[in-house]
Amino acid sequence: MLVSADIAPVPASQVDEPDSLVARFGADRPLVLDSGATLAPWQIAYQSYGTLNADRSNAILICHALTGDQHVASRNPITGKPGWWENIVGPGLPIDTDRFFVLCSNVIGSCMGTTGPASLNAATGEPWGLSFPLVTIRDMVRAQAMLLDHLGIAQLFAVVGGSMGGMQVLQWAASYPDRVFAAMPIATGPIHSAQNIAFHEVGRQAIMADPDWRGGHYLQAGVRPAKGLAVARMGAHITYLSEAALHRKFGRRLQDRDAPTFSFDADFQVESYLRYQGESFVERFDANSYLYITRAMDYFDLAADHGGVLANAFRGIKTRFCVASFSSDWLFPTPNSRAIVHALNAAAASVSFVEIESDKGHDAFLLDEPVFFATMRGFLDSAARARGL
Amino acid sequence: MAHDDPIATQRVDLVLMAEMVERGARVLDVGCGDGTLLSLLAERRGVDGRGIELSREGVNQCVARGLSVVQGDADTDLFAYPDDAFDYVILSQTIQATRRPRVVLEHMLRIGRRAIVSFPNFGHWRVRADLALSGRMPVTDNLPESWYDTPNIHFCTIRDFVALCNELNARTERALALNSSGQPVRFNMPWWVWNLFGEQAVFLLRRG
Repeated sequence: MLVSADIAPVPASQVDEPDSLVARFGADRPLVLDSGATLAPWQIAYQSYGTLNADRSNAILICHALTGDQHVASRNPITGKPGWWENIVGPGLPIDTDRFFVLCSNVIGSCMGTTGPASLNAATGEPWGLSFPLVTIRDMVRAQAMLLDHLGIAQLFAVVGGSMGGMQVLQWAASYPDRVFAAMPIATGPIHSAQNIAFHEVGRQAIMADPDWRGGHYLQAGVRPAKGLAVARMGAHITYLSEAALHRKFGRRLQDRDAPTFSFDADFQVESYLRYQGESFVERFDANSYLYITRAMDYFDLAADHGGVLANAFRGIKTRFCVASFSSDWLFPTPNSRAIVHALNAAAASVSFVEIESDKGHDAFLLDEPVFFATMRGFLDSAARARGL
Repeated sequence: MAHDDPIATQRVDLVLMAEMVERGARVLDVGCGDGTLLSLLAERRGVDGRGIELSREGVNQCVARGLSVVQGDADTDLFAYPDDAFDYVILSQTIQATRRPRVVLEHMLRIGRRAIVSFPNFGHWRVRADLALSGRMPVTDNLPESWYDTPNIHFCTIRDFVALCNELNARTERALALNSSGQPVRFNMPWWVWNLFGEQAVFLLRRG
């Protein structure tokens, strides 16, 4: 059996009372969404590292990817694993917590302490489920901006993020150019491509096909669509790797056996690996959150928001950019980054761009890539000099 | 380190190009390498510089120096820049390696109010002598690669370049030819002297 259905749900404590800082907004400060809906009350969970300087100019906001969370450099309270970017964020690391005040918040629609479909709807006393309004990348950024207002940070020194985090970085620059001194969108693109929407749709259909999804009302029923969510994760996980990386890691090697078993058991190591990825994912993620956040990515089209011309998103911007892509990333391939760079050039913005050579696929932005680290360090150091930090 | 004291250790053509740039100008360096010229321009002329460079290593060195440089190609990435985006667009020892030098030069004159181009002169007497006497493609200190290895696919002479500038209706504001010891050929000499004794040339152009 792939995954047992009676697996422990995401601990409710992380959904409403997370092991991190939380900013709560009452009915007087609703979050106004692109869909036209307003959310109130609502909350945003975040972590911070380092110290905010006296003139509040050294803050770096890190934007997380689809299934990431605010625990960028601290132990994940559910998995017990280290933070997802501990190789980049910390004392003396490229995002140096001895110099910078680093913030990372959980996105709106997620399930790690920021309001999302697993949260309790105060009006009904029930989990939101599918009655939660659809959210967009711009809504995520709007929520982050309200968090910064709450913390009294007028301008960020930098916004940094990969994949969906990179979309948020681009949206930050487009929505609040004066609040962003430097921006680093990594392994991302100005739109979500047809191929990427297609993969997301497969994942969503896998979740919805699970009888335990119950039309989105599984929390009330005390069950979870663990099988569907695991399959969604397995499919998505393939898109984060590359053929070269899969070949190097697994090849056609068999899992704890000398010969195929002539069954549908996980004979191959790659099957066993994917099953493990699926199973461990469902322990920490809410299925409806997965539907909402994948949808937010699908809707992302920065040019469409600016008359169909991407450069219009960046007209007159003073922010300095550093765009990075990875050579084997086929989810957000290098031409996506080049489109961003060309638009920034057309807007006469300050931009650096490098494609990092790596065979690790999209996931490379989370892994140890020394050239990438050196690029980020060089960019942030020079931006810090320009900012007088 | 060259980075610390660029003038002292610099290629003569870079220094001469830097001298052609007005203080505080906006400059795009196409094929900026490790950013030596951009650093020189930032430090000595206070310019707001940007770069395009083909090699990853070069881009990384530039970014680590704090320069705004994108990985890209003169042949494919200039189209994205708007008209008059820069005061100067510089192409240093690169035009002979582009696929379409004419288009590149047109873009430079469109993007920049002025263009500065330096290139090796294929009309230099040593090149001519090599070809005439040995009957083989010249390999010199300045052009060390064999024909099958060289990235230089569109060599030209100084006179060829002048002809292209005329065709594009570009006005030459300044021109320099450097002899093999890196010294400028006397500017009152006729073109044929430049074309024979100039090992490399530097042109400051503007739209006609």
